[in-house]
Amino acid sequence: MLGIVRRRIARGGVNASIVEQSLQKIRNQSLIYASRSYSSASKEMTVRDALNSALDEEMSADPKVFVMGEEVGEYQGAYKITKGLLDKYGPERVVDTPITEAGFAGIGVGAAYHGLRPVVEFMTFNFSMQAIDHIINSAAKSNYMSAGQISVPIVFRGPNGAAAGVGAQHSQCYAAWFGACPGLKVLAPYSSEDARGLLKAAIRDPDPVVFLENELLYGESFPVSAEVLDSSFCLPIGKAKIEREGKDVTITAFSKMVGYALKAAEILAKEGISAEVINLRSIRPLDRSTINASVRKTNRLVTVEEGFPQHGVGAEICASVVEESFEYLDAPVERIAGADVPMPYAANLERMAVPQIEDIVRAAKRACYRSVPLAATA
Amino acid sequence: MAIWLRRSRNLAHYLKAEKGFWKVPNQTRLSPCFFNPEISSSATLTGENCGNPPSFLGNSPTLFGSRRFESIKAGREELDLEDENGGHQNQAMDFPGGRISFTSEMRFVSESPRERIPCYRVLDDNGHPIMHSNFVEVSKEEALKMYTSMVTLETMDTILYEAQRQGRISFYVTSIGEEAINIATAAALTPHDVVLPQYREPGVLLWRGFTLQEFANQCLGNKADYGKGRQMPIHYGSNKHNYFTVSSPIATQIPQAVGAAYSLKMDRKDACVVTYFGDGGTSEGDFHAGLNFAAVMEAPVVFICRNNGWAISTPVSQQFRSDGVVVKGKAYGIRSIRVDGNDALAVYSATRTAREMAITEQKPILIEALTYRVGHHSTSDDSTKYRLVDEIEHWKTARNPIARFRKWVNGTGWWSDEDESELRANVRKQLLQAIQVAEKAEKPPISDLFTDVYESLPSNLCEQEELLRESIKRHPQDYPSDVPT
Repeated sequence: MLGIVRRRIARGGVNASIVEQSLQKIRNQSLIYASRSYSSASKEMTVRDALNSALDEEMSADPKVFVMGEEVGEYQGAYKITKGLLDKYGPERVVDTPITEAGFAGIGVGAAYHGLRPVVEFMTFNFSMQAIDHIINSAAKSNYMSAGQISVPIVFRGPNGAAAGVGAQHSQCYAAWFGACPGLKVLAPYSSEDARGLLKAAIRDPDPVVFLENELLYGESFPVSAEVLDSSFCLPIGKAKIEREGKDVTITAFSKMVGYALKAAEILAKEGISAEVINLRSIRPLDRSTINASVRKTNRLVTVEEGFPQHGVGAEICASVVEESFEYLDAPVERIAGADVPMPYAANLERMAVPQIEDIVRAAKRACYRSVPLAATA
Repeated sequence: MAIWLRRSRNLAHYLKAEKGFWKVPNQTRLSPCFFNPEISSSATLTGENCGNPPSFLGNSPTLFGSRRFESIKAGREELDLEDENGGHQNQAMDFPGGRISFTSEMRFVSESPRERIPCYRVLDDNGHPIMHSNFVEVSKEEALKMYTSMVTLETMDTILYEAQRQGRISFYVTSIGEEAINIATAAALTPHDVVLPQYREPGVLLWRGFTLQEFANQCLGNKADYGKGRQMPIHYGSNKHNYFTVSSPIATQIPQAVGAAYSLKMDRKDACVVTYFGDGGTSEGDFHAGLNFAAVMEAPVVFICRNNGWAISTPVSQQFRSDGVVVKGKAYGIRSIRVDGNDALAVYSATRTAREMAITEQKPILIEALTYRVGHHSTSDDSTKYRLVDEIEHWKTARNPIARFRKWVNGTGWWSDEDESELRANVRKQLLQAIQVAEKAEKPPISDLFTDVYESLPSNLCEQEELLRESIKRHPQDYPSDVPT
């Protein structure tokens, strides 16, 4: 909420005393609902720093945690997420690997089999394809196949989804692929709070976790409360967050698309449509109860994702809602996804291949106008 | 910190002698660093480090050296060895990776050696120890345990194979012909050594104490199966025996073994990891990545390749064109040996020694054990379709590893023919009994369908289990009656 107030101030045209009042209200609320809102004395933190600090704290707390990947050590990380860790923890715990995703994923799995807690970095999840056998056939399935004798407390992390101008082999979103697999947990943080809380949870989790970051979000700053900055901070896996409450239409999103959905919600608010934005945070397990509760409230749903439409995350959410809340739907579910083509490079084509804020706005409007318009103009 | 300190001590001693070169303050304990202790005074470092001691050779105990600098000295060895490629020792050049001497003769290294790497063996085909062979002695007790285990393994394989043919189990994989590798390698290890098998090494588990009943339980997928009925037959696994659950995809265990070895290394345990794979497995990308990595990470792992000549129907001549697998070790910087896989004593000696090296020197070792896959690849295969029956017979009889070892234990007077018939009858009886018991045992309960997907049962699986139970209650005729709820 504080974030929204601040944005309004930035745009100007809001009376100072109203701002004061809002801030005071929010401050008071913060004291009561500390876990939900941002404290008033908030620091800002980039997602990059959030991830770095989470890794640092977990490595410090547990000597079994170690980081492995290409360029994570000397180079300070291909995207600088592991900056400073080599100097602090040494080459035994920050391992620069040869160029073999299959190799270091396999080594990570083996180390996890024997009780270490590796955090394996893929330079992008597109390269995880070269290691996918180890992720799925070994990491995901071993606990089950060995009947609990072999647990795999490993985290596979790295940037996922589209960046800017990197073409087809650097832009695919793998949320749906990994999300389909039992035995894995799949997380997709959006804000710095998400990044910190979910990465810590992932490292502490005894099951294998696929942690999907986003390259374009690394540099973005978000306010973080004192609670988030505490080293014991942790977010529960499998709980979505309602980023913005609303009553007319539910918009689900994860990772970068949460930001787009929030901006779309702003635009919709001006047109009288109150959108509820859900940040999924967790692709597997999917927080079906939060999603369904929201749809039962708003009666309309728009799912947003960057990845390919077929067999996507949105398809699963739609199926879940149809299974559990069919009677509550006042309109068919709208599904916004990336274009069903390998990502093109040219900037204009790339822009058309990825959902934009306008697409979300239009979809929400379609969801609202399809039935009796009363709901939309209320 | 034992490993690093050992190196530093060497370095400290060395550096004290060469004080003029690096100006190191007089300390008994240097901070851990990663120099190759074989630096000689004429060595120079490449590039910017020429003449200047690296900044991390300082007083601070928390400075960590960079592994990268070690590679600069890797090429040092060339100058000390006799240069067989016609290189001129005085003309050498520094490149990333080390110092290399020049040659003006354009000579390609041959793709095939004039002679293949010889194979280490201790017993001849008649079970007599070869003169002047050096090997690790075994006691009578160990030798007899090895022999009886080999016979037990062979009998278990024969009977369970028959059981599959009779439709009592769905699938089976035999290790016929490879009993010496299975048992002798296991005998050379300690129970603390971690084993990551492929799937043709049940003998290792047998040696470690897995009972015939436990084997039968897994094959029949009953309630007592440690795998809770989740895996196909022969996918054994047992934490208490330090034997990781068999996983079907080929060669995935190789880099995983390196990871487990890394964990052992960090814990500084007096144990190593041993991983097995066949000739076919060496074609997988994981073989390359695993061996390469093991060498770079200096992981205490023993790689054992059962080169049995066949990967289902693919003979080794179609699998690779190198001199088998042993030469690949050198390519990765891994010490290797080729051993007669049907000679139990040779396999025992080589594995014992390899294990010592891996642990004391903290480096990987590769053993290529040459043998022959007498049985079919699995019960889904009929190998007479792609190889000659005569060939199979020859290896089954004349080159049989059990018969050969038997001749030796007979020769030492440790084993008699009466012992033999008694053993075989006993084992056979035990096995048939175990299968019967396993067949009659209850199947795993329904709850085992949903547990262990994650550490704790997630809500969606809880729901699904309830739905399933409800469905079974309502429509019992649609479900098998022998699945306990």
